[in-house]
Amino acid sequence: MINKIAASVADALADVKDGATVLIGGFGTAGIPNELIDGLIEQGAKDLTVVNNNAGNAEVGLAALLKAGRVRKIICSFPRQADSQVFDGLYRSGKLELELVPQGNLAERIRAAGAGIGAFFCPTGYGTELALNADGSAKETREINGRQYVLEMPIHGDVALIKAERGDRWGNLTYRMAARNFGPVMATAAKKTVATVHEIVELGTLDPETIVTPGIFVQHIVKIDRIATQAGGFKKAA
Amino acid sequence: MTMTTPTYQRRSKDQLAARVAQDIFDGAVVNLGIGQPTLVANHLPAGREVILQSENGILGMGPAPAEGQEDYDLINAGKQPVTLLKGGAFFHHADSFAMMRGGHLDICVLGAFQVSATGDLANWSTGEPGAIPAVGGAMDLAIGARQTWVMMDLLTKQGASKLVKQCTYPLTGIGCVKRVYSDLATLECTPQGLKLIDTVDGLTHAELEKLVGLPITAA
Repeated sequence: MINKIAASVADALADVKDGATVLIGGFGTAGIPNELIDGLIEQGAKDLTVVNNNAGNAEVGLAALLKAGRVRKIICSFPRQADSQVFDGLYRSGKLELELVPQGNLAERIRAAGAGIGAFFCPTGYGTELALNADGSAKETREINGRQYVLEMPIHGDVALIKAERGDRWGNLTYRMAARNFGPVMATAAKKTVATVHEIVELGTLDPETIVTPGIFVQHIVKIDRIATQAGGFKKAA
Repeated sequence: MTMTTPTYQRRSKDQLAARVAQDIFDGAVVNLGIGQPTLVANHLPAGREVILQSENGILGMGPAPAEGQEDYDLINAGKQPVTLLKGGAFFHHADSFAMMRGGHLDICVLGAFQVSATGDLANWSTGEPGAIPAVGGAMDLAIGARQTWVMMDLLTKQGASKLVKQCTYPLTGIGCVKRVYSDLATLECTPQGLKLIDTVDGLTHAELEKLVGLPITAA
């Protein structure tokens, strides 16, 4: 029998290794799997490379993982936010490496990894500072039908941590509103995908026409309590 | 040299947003960048059906919810709470950016630090040492939307033109800006340089050229 339901977050994350690349879903606070990140802090893996759109809000979730000193490098599109003080401090003191990636390249590089694409030519960033490799050399470019493109490499994850809404024991998932964001793409791109859900249902309950992530991309699901997503990432008007 | 009092008035932020909104056609799918461009949504002329796209996976984005109705799973690119209109849809990030790069998005409206006469855009970094960089979806939008419009003040606080021969700030994209809507004038960027669309009342073509310091082809 196939049963991807993990008894606990700790069980689902037991074999995350030091040095792992961890894809973490979410855009701002929507879709951030805080319970899984807390579990990862507890689990203790270090020297991690984290891939997320942002670089943590306030002192919780991803910011707490950074603060705990477990992350060597972050790959993201928009680290600087009104409440990214933990990232800001680590980055300024040189304790955290940053690979800044245009948001669409981030999504497509993850998609490419999940889809078995070796690399792809993308027009985004051509002629900019973000078309450079870490060593400052230019990424390969090519003119195709009169347009300039930059060669972009896939981003593979050892583990993906994502937040979904409902799931079943085969690992099928649905999401909630714009908390979907990177979840479905990241689920395809890691050796192991762990998803939290607010509700676990019997096989056949999820409408097959509306399953967003088919279970093939998911290894573990964990049920968590529903806590309303908190605001974050912007300055509230006084 | 004698100082003369300008005989023209700058467009206010709302007037500028209204000027941009006036050019958004019925049926357009539009992405409004973070900050000033979001104001454009408040000024869309009645009777025009426009679909707003948000990079974090929303088509058919509606206005901010009533106080107390905020749901932070439904936010815009600036992470602020929004609503979903009837007919709206959610999708994942790879699809969202495929909409841009794939040429499915009619218009995006972005802010800018500098725009060159031929449409190069600099809007993500001032390149200051020690500054924390952040690019978000700016580069994808700039080169992906069928039309990229910039909304900005024409001059910096120090009076320097933000329309330049060549950008000195780090580039977002090359030759990607089609139009610049500013507090003093609306211009088109072309491979041959700037072309005038309109100016605020009382500002002459010659005065505008002097402020910008570049040749501007007449409307």
